[in-house]
Amino acid sequence: MGLHAYLFLAAVVFSIGLFGVITRRNTIGILLGVELMLNAVNINLVAFSRFHGQTAGMILTVFAIAITVAEVALGLALVILLFRTRRTAIADQIDWLKG
Amino acid sequence: MTLEVFAFWAFAVVLVGSALAVVLSKNLFHSVLWLALALTGTAGVFLLLDAEFLAAVQILLYAGGVVTVVVFAIVVTERLVGTRLSQTNRHVVRGAVFAGTVLTLIITWIRRAPHPVRPDLGDADVTRAIGSTLLTQHVLAFELLAVLLLVAMIGASYYARPEE
Repeated sequence: MGLHAYLFLAAVVFSIGLFGVITRRNTIGILLGVELMLNAVNINLVAFSRFHGQTAGMILTVFAIAITVAEVALGLALVILLFRTRRTAIADQIDWLKG
Repeated sequence: MTLEVFAFWAFAVVLVGSALAVVLSKNLFHSVLWLALALTGTAGVFLLLDAEFLAAVQILLYAGGVVTVVVFAIVVTERLVGTRLSQTNRHVVRGAVFAGTVLTLIITWIRRAPHPVRPDLGDADVTRAIGSTLLTQHVLAFELLAVLLLVAMIGASYYARPEE
């Protein structure tokens, strides 16, 4: 399979994740969409790295995975904090800054 | 070659199908389980790209760690929500149009790109190469990453601390 097959696959997964981020009401659901998008980016990085014969892209993927895990942990802590103060995890109801 | 093509399509179908299930599932809990399958499918794609180390990291950290934490958060936050609300907002059509437009644009750009030939690895060890460059050339970024993880851990436990 050529490089383009992997890039197309990643593009499809990225768009599905984007659709999830736009349409989910629950903040945890939005976070799952972000996960899918980051995952698609990782596929791109590894595919480019393999097809150019360099490991730099794979090392960037290691960093991307670690940072994503930190992001999920912090995001879920924020969701739990929001739920505790506001009793909701629905993004539409988090509108404190709306005058 | 045919085996590789077959494996690619198998992983692609699993990945795209479970990704669709993640965003379309009515039950958030099912979404997370589908996400675990999608992340495992990605690990399979990494295997096809000769990145065994990344496939292992993907399964350990994502399918193991992230999914567990997300399930925990769902259990905590869904507890007091009595009524089962619709999981999608009113932007479904607009979201589909926007995501479709982005996909079309990306595919248009990809089709213009050159087709590089996949270099033959021979008996080169990708995992060994990742390990040695990570701890020589990129050691500063590696140590900074360790600090970042510590800060994220402290921050997360501060935000989610028990109420006084």
